[in-house]
Amino acid sequence: MTISHPDDTFDGIHEAACHGFLHSVESGAAVDGPGMRFVFFMAGCQFRCLYCHNPDTWKLHNGTRVEVDDMLAQVGKYSRFLKFAGGVTFSGGEPLMQAEFVGATARAIKKRWDLHIALDTQGFLHAKVPDSWFEPIDLVMLDIKHIDPVRYKELTAQELQPTLDFAQRLVRLGKQMRIRYVLVPGWTDAPDDVAKMADLVASYGDLVELVEVLPFHQLGISKWDRLGLDYKLRDTPTPTHDDAEAARDIFRARGLVAT
Amino acid sequence: MNAHSSTTTSEPWDGFSDGAWRQAVDVRGFIQENYTPYEGDYSFLAGPTERTEKLWGQLGELLKKERAAGVLDVSADRPSTITAHDAGYIDKDLEIIVGLQTDAPLKRAIMPNGGLRMVENGLEAYGFKPDEMVHEIWTKYRKSHNQGVFDVYSPDIIACRKSGVITGLPDAYGRGRIIGDYRRVALYGLDFLKEDKKREHRELDDAVFDHETLRLREELSEQYRALEELREMGLKYGVDMSRPAATAREAIQFTYLGYLAAVKEQNGAAMSIGRVSTFLDIYIERDFARGTLTESEAQEMIDDMVMKLRIIRFLRTPEYDELFSGDPTWVTEAIGGMGLDGRTLVTKNSMRILHTLYNLGPAPEPNLTVLWSSSLPRGFKDFCAKVSKDTSAIQYENDDLMRPKWGDDYGIACCVSAMAIGKQMQFFGARANLAKALLYAINGGVDEKSGKLIAAGFEPITGDVLEYDEVVAKFDKTMDWLAKTYVKALNCIHYMHDRYAYERIEMALHDRDILRTMACGIAGLSIAADSLSAIKNAKVHVVRNEQGLAVDYRIEGEYPAFGNNDDSVDDIAVWLTRTFMEKVEAQPHFYRKSMPTQSVLTITSNVVYGKKTGATPDGRAAGEPFAPGANPMNGRDKNGFVAAGASVAKLPYEFAKDGISWTASATPTSMGHTEAEQVRNLSNCLDAYVDAGGFHVNVNMLSRETLMHAMDHPEEHPQLTVRVSGYAVNFVKLTREQQLDVIGRTFHNKM
Repeated sequence: MTISHPDDTFDGIHEAACHGFLHSVESGAAVDGPGMRFVFFMAGCQFRCLYCHNPDTWKLHNGTRVEVDDMLAQVGKYSRFLKFAGGVTFSGGEPLMQAEFVGATARAIKKRWDLHIALDTQGFLHAKVPDSWFEPIDLVMLDIKHIDPVRYKELTAQELQPTLDFAQRLVRLGKQMRIRYVLVPGWTDAPDDVAKMADLVASYGDLVELVEVLPFHQLGISKWDRLGLDYKLRDTPTPTHDDAEAARDIFRARGLVAT
Repeated sequence: MNAHSSTTTSEPWDGFSDGAWRQAVDVRGFIQENYTPYEGDYSFLAGPTERTEKLWGQLGELLKKERAAGVLDVSADRPSTITAHDAGYIDKDLEIIVGLQTDAPLKRAIMPNGGLRMVENGLEAYGFKPDEMVHEIWTKYRKSHNQGVFDVYSPDIIACRKSGVITGLPDAYGRGRIIGDYRRVALYGLDFLKEDKKREHRELDDAVFDHETLRLREELSEQYRALEELREMGLKYGVDMSRPAATAREAIQFTYLGYLAAVKEQNGAAMSIGRVSTFLDIYIERDFARGTLTESEAQEMIDDMVMKLRIIRFLRTPEYDELFSGDPTWVTEAIGGMGLDGRTLVTKNSMRILHTLYNLGPAPEPNLTVLWSSSLPRGFKDFCAKVSKDTSAIQYENDDLMRPKWGDDYGIACCVSAMAIGKQMQFFGARANLAKALLYAINGGVDEKSGKLIAAGFEPITGDVLEYDEVVAKFDKTMDWLAKTYVKALNCIHYMHDRYAYERIEMALHDRDILRTMACGIAGLSIAADSLSAIKNAKVHVVRNEQGLAVDYRIEGEYPAFGNNDDSVDDIAVWLTRTFMEKVEAQPHFYRKSMPTQSVLTITSNVVYGKKTGATPDGRAAGEPFAPGANPMNGRDKNGFVAAGASVAKLPYEFAKDGISWTASATPTSMGHTEAEQVRNLSNCLDAYVDAGGFHVNVNMLSRETLMHAMDHPEEHPQLTVRVSGYAVNFVKLTREQQLDVIGRTFHNKM
């Protein structure tokens, strides 16, 4: 099956360190990293995932122009809370689209409050930043969308290999990882595919603290409609609890912790 | 089963420390020298025994009948006293801990000393006939508290009471919010306590016999008599409390009977039991060491005591229930906390009492209140969070804020009022409606609903757009007037309550010389703050009626609302809290030299207060409910749970020492994917809230769907419990209007 993607072009990578584009924030999210997270949803993504539930974050200009100090002021109001309860997560969008800015912000947060910092990414752009960029990052939540390069491209409009290279790099850097895998019926739920994915993830060893199998949901549909985009998964069912558990069991069978 | 067959042969204090508590009443000293802190998890807990399930099953049937009838039965011909009724049982052969308010379970007593009208209205509302003899006595021969109050009220107080700018005054019912140290009955026995009251009386023999001394001497004599009546009441159940309790079972029994005497004598607005679980743990541990008690038996006794606390009842009128929905009694038990020496006050029994929510299922009473500190043991924190997640039946209060003020042996009266047990009481003062007062500032003291002049001597605002500085200047003066009228009313009420409805047994279980607080309160804080924010940051047009009265407001533009962790409006709420407190403190007289305090708390009375208040400049429509307590206005806290909590935590406890209440509702899945994550996240959030200076939080972990289902199928959710504002209710007992209000409150599906 070939799928045409809603938007094959994407904004250029944003290279400034002093300012960036922020889509939105959430001050207390419990499902975006360990504990309660302050989440920065950065604007801009070069992926066009068919199941994206935040298509309104695709473009840089979907965000508001902010400076590092603006970012710090937002976190500052919650820094003590986050010290007790969790930390900060950079999500998106794709935070590596604005790697310079996100890196500068992360370093400042680390220096000022020493908070736990997580990066929620698909890793495609990792090669653009040096190893030192990852110093303030405590945890990488790596989204691997499919194990098969062809299907991966159909699903995301991009190549799989950079993401796999990134995982190897994280192993080399000794970074803690959470692997996120969205279970989409008819797309990512074939037991063989899940098993191959699980074999790969297991090969990263103890650095993988958790595999999150996230059942696909239809909550993003209204955003697609509002943006006038063609949503291909309109008729795709959502996985049942048992379907999700079955996929998790495949990971668990390889000694991984899966939720 | 005979309740108390025999004493053990050993002396009752065998095995306890040889401290100063043996010479003079000092329950805290006893606890400190004898308790065993517990830092483990909940795996030791025992489930319900067959007997417990059977007894709770029998009670369940009665509760079902009561739900259908409203009130199951009333002992209408016999004004209640400590000894008025014979012994009563649910099932004598099955009960381990005995004692009922009247001679049958769920049969309510009448207490006309508070006011005869309340009694008779309550009887008639539920289809019972007022007794002629009782009527004659309380109209011809005996004066009530309520009559006394109205003898002295001034026209301005009556006008405020009627318009609702001052609401919920305890002038027609028992003031409550007094906690007897019921543990003293178990630790010392009544002979010792009576002797001690004699000593306190004797010490005043040579004092100057002024008004204060004579009142105190008379009270001490009444206290002594009440202790003797408590002894007699115990004997009806075959329990001799002359001497100290010798076993865990006796300790639980004596403590409970002390409490029972209080709820036989007083229909108080809130009748807390205090802080008994860690005290009782000492006796349980001693029996464990003696090999005379098992874990299952210990849990069984606590389950039995809690069953009794769940069926405390008072006869109240439907109007009262409208104000305080769900028939609450506030049998508040304070659990956990840290000691001044740094050891935790958590014991195994702290866990057992929470465990009753599993053994007997969730329930609103007793009002289980965890004193939270970031230093609490992890095992206890996680257990509390789990119980919250599973039952939504507990509330949390900041021990780190209260301990430095009240020590480490305080309890919580009602919802949030801390008091050192046996050493402190409060004069409960209901609350002043700040939102309505703001409307008086705009309308020059004329009530926006009735059109009548309530506060004389003020000029209305005449402009079509509200100017911030002008409104604040006028509001400031209105608050002066409000504080003055309010404190006058409270002085009337408490003078008369002491005279005509004195809490004999509760005060008998206090020291003679105590700290009294005059507990004022404010309602409508978030509405007043949002209104000022709207006036400041947006353009608020006034809509006037033919009389020229401002009755509605049209807002042009946006304004920051309280509850989003935005200082520009949160600072207004802080300023209001502080300003009103300062105005209260500036009053010339507080009855019995009491110390003025205030709370930001509204129970569920926020619905009634809302009804009595016209449209407000924040865009709230006339009659719309207020947010409860210190909560952000429903639906305006758009940034989630954490931001809302951060705003509430900014309200200064220093200026609201009677407590600040926040009710937070979240769906379990918003707290994490797995139960372990949810529990840990909730526990960490509580740590962070307490660290930020947050005073109190009710935690509801429920889905909106469950509540909607319960509204239509109450029979399937008889025990569904929801925290409202400082207490919990059986959801199915609320009126439909109140249910909709609870559902309408912001449900955070993100934190």
